[in-house]
Amino acid sequence: MTELFGVPLAVLSGQVMIGLINGSFYALLSLGLAIIFGLLNVINFAHGAFYMVGAFVSWGLLTYAGVGYWPSLVLTPLIVGAFGAVFERTMLRRLYGLDHLFSLLLTFGLALALEGVFRWIYGAGGKSYPVPPSLQGVYNLGFMMLPVYRAWVIVASLAICLVAWVLIEKTPLGARLRAATENPKLVTAFGINVPLMLTLTYAAGVGLAGLAGAMAAPIYQVSPNMGSSLIVIVFAVVVIGGMGSIMGSIVTGLMLGVLEGLTKVFFPTASAITVFIVMILVLLLRPAGLFGKDK
Amino acid sequence: MAHRYKDFRPRLVSDPMRYGLLALAAVVALAAPMAIFPLFLVKVLCFMLFAAALNLVLGFAGLLSLGHAAFFGGAAYAFAQSAKVWGWPFELSLLFGVVVGGGLGFVFGLIAIRRQGIYFTMITLALAQMIYFLAVQAPFTGGEDGIQNVPRGTLLGVLDLRDTHTLYYVVLAIVVICLLLIRRTVHSPFGHILGAIRENEARVTSLGLNVSRYKLLAFTLSAALSGLAGALKASAFQLATLTDVSWHISGEVVLMVLIGGIGTLWGPLVGAIFVVMIGHFLATSGLPVSLVIGVVFMACVMLFRRGFYGETVEYLRERVLRDVSLRATAGREGQK
Amino acid sequence: MAEIRLQVSALEGWYGESHVLHGVTFDVKRGEVVTLLGRNGAGKTSTLRALAGVMRKRRGSALLDGHDLLSTPPHRVAHLGLGFVPEERGIFSSLTVRENLMLPPVVRQGGWSVDAIHELFPNLKGRDTTTGTRLSGGEQQMLAIARILRTGCDIILLDEPTEGLAPVIVEQIGKALVRLKEKGFTVLLVEQNLNFARGVADRHYVVEQGRVVDEFANDSLSASMDQLNRYLGI
Repeated sequence: MTELFGVPLAVLSGQVMIGLINGSFYALLSLGLAIIFGLLNVINFAHGAFYMVGAFVSWGLLTYAGVGYWPSLVLTPLIVGAFGAVFERTMLRRLYGLDHLFSLLLTFGLALALEGVFRWIYGAGGKSYPVPPSLQGVYNLGFMMLPVYRAWVIVASLAICLVAWVLIEKTPLGARLRAATENPKLVTAFGINVPLMLTLTYAAGVGLAGLAGAMAAPIYQVSPNMGSSLIVIVFAVVVIGGMGSIMGSIVTGLMLGVLEGLTKVFFPTASAITVFIVMILVLLLRPAGLFGKDK
Repeated sequence: MAHRYKDFRPRLVSDPMRYGLLALAAVVALAAPMAIFPLFLVKVLCFMLFAAALNLVLGFAGLLSLGHAAFFGGAAYAFAQSAKVWGWPFELSLLFGVVVGGGLGFVFGLIAIRRQGIYFTMITLALAQMIYFLAVQAPFTGGEDGIQNVPRGTLLGVLDLRDTHTLYYVVLAIVVICLLLIRRTVHSPFGHILGAIRENEARVTSLGLNVSRYKLLAFTLSAALSGLAGALKASAFQLATLTDVSWHISGEVVLMVLIGGIGTLWGPLVGAIFVVMIGHFLATSGLPVSLVIGVVFMACVMLFRRGFYGETVEYLRERVLRDVSLRATAGREGQK
Repeated sequence: MAEIRLQVSALEGWYGESHVLHGVTFDVKRGEVVTLLGRNGAGKTSTLRALAGVMRKRRGSALLDGHDLLSTPPHRVAHLGLGFVPEERGIFSSLTVRENLMLPPVVRQGGWSVDAIHELFPNLKGRDTTTGTRLSGGEQQMLAIARILRTGCDIILLDEPTEGLAPVIVEQIGKALVRLKEKGFTVLLVEQNLNFARGVADRHYVVEQGRVVDEFANDSLSASMDQLNRYLGI
């Protein structure tokens, strides 16, 4: 069998795979957004910008310092996370008592500023990041060719999401996080340093975005606007999934990526707006989102 | 976003001073084209209207939209298409822009109002991005080039709008009328209900009012006025492009309102002047606009959340209150 | 006379703009069980919240073993040995019973083992994986006390532990409190249920309109019942 619904199987599976890759990034970013929103009550508009910064940090480590892919997978999230921690400590923190609007606008401003800085230094064009030698090559699956790096990205993202889920849902650390999400004052009264938790959570969330950026660098062009075009889609993903559930954000992200890939096969012109159409449908049919626990 | 100075409104400036300031503003507005390039002024006017329109929902109903570029840019395309391709007269094209802006706003509103707070904001942003993608793909928008060389035409077949001075005064008149309309709306019972929704939505619902309908009406009105601003800009620059529908424009207009003063009538006008001027000066400086806009955004959120106008009003109010309390302690009461 | 552990004087407190505590003064000695009695809205719960650092806008003084509670960062208060059992128990719905139990960090040596806790509250045994808020009200109250015992704290702020509970459960909680007292815990108890308070407490303070207005020793309570009933509006 080489065709399905009149579409060559190789094309179909190729698009599903691209969808899975996009979906992996949607999942990684919406996961971070959901964690940050859960505890800090902040919609981190700069999330896409941190993803872009992650890609540039990884590219910069390679270009200027000769640091390869594997070490930079560790270093990039640490660098981006540290930057996030400083931002949270010095600025974001001061807005917690105020209307949500202001933290959203602050992170919006940060997103613009970061994008502006990188456009200023590197121009609007893209940089390419070579696929690391250990992940070059292609698997022949019989019905399609699967580049090793893309397979790695899908597997690694799933693994990261799973680890994050286990960490949050099944460990004492995660229990603290969930408790602080529910009632930060009581958790503080139990002797847990909630302000520190907020900083670390924000750092972890944006570090995750930075890691996603580092993983994306060999696939997409590393460019200043790679974050802003992604973040809007991720927002739609978040509206569809609802931010109440960690697993919900992961599943929704992957699902929408695949759906987008499939749309590309059957209605190529509509693929860019698939996610938005789904968002509208979900809002009309189930306003709280698929996994929504409205806050 | 409760701005307390709205709760208590003493006379901040005396009546002669007030009329003096208004007269000064009028003189400046009328005389400005003699000193400044009229097209630049038209741009300022368009963004003043756009910012004031956004403020109608952001400041007076407490709804943060990050999707207003869709109405502004959508109307710009509508104007350009009807004026250039279909050869419609200026007035009709303008009206078409308003209808397209308002129509999009109505649809956006129907969808986005189903959620509140930050979800509302994210939905408006996503919907506007969808319009952006549609504009990228639709054949009539001309892709990256946009629709160029849009004819300006004449107003009522009499005033030739190719003359930029005439254009300026026509746009000035239209914008002033719209600003008066916004002022009227804000002070109407409808405006008061919007304010109540902003302060406490649940309470308004408990009074038996249909909150969604009020929000939708405000959102549609705001979108229609944003559409008018976009159509006017398309006519002045004879151009409709992807930039007008991009999320950067949505962000910039939010910044105008924020930096001028959310929930004030004059604030957005001040903010529009400021942001358009930043863009103008940066165009030649080599500094990227988004960097500067982003930094100004952050500074504004961190340091003066009431905006230029709002902070000034607050300063005056405190001074007046101090005077009032001084007078009260001096025992001279009964004066108004 | 035992040493004073908790010395509260002229404590004032605010929720946002509203001034709810207007100068609360009392003390608790080592090993004592002391109650704050009073009508609804008198400021009993607010006093506990002010001491635990949940209410942040405060003035006056509150010393625990000589440490100033008001200047201690809120997350350090527990580390002075103070355990807080809030109004309505504060069991987390997104945590299991086990997670709820293990949530508060150990602040001192000498915290109870899980086995000892299960011995005190047999109802909690075998319920580890149940969602915390699925427990009955009484079990939730036991869990709220149990998780504090684990931390090794030795002074407990206990807010209305009997509220809404069946008499048989109230009795069980009362017995547990007596056990804690025997073990040397110091307890500050907010209580509406006077009968329950009489069974466990050494002294009672009456709170009215954000102030402590009177004090009774438990021994002399019978003689002062009229006076007390007037305060409590019974």
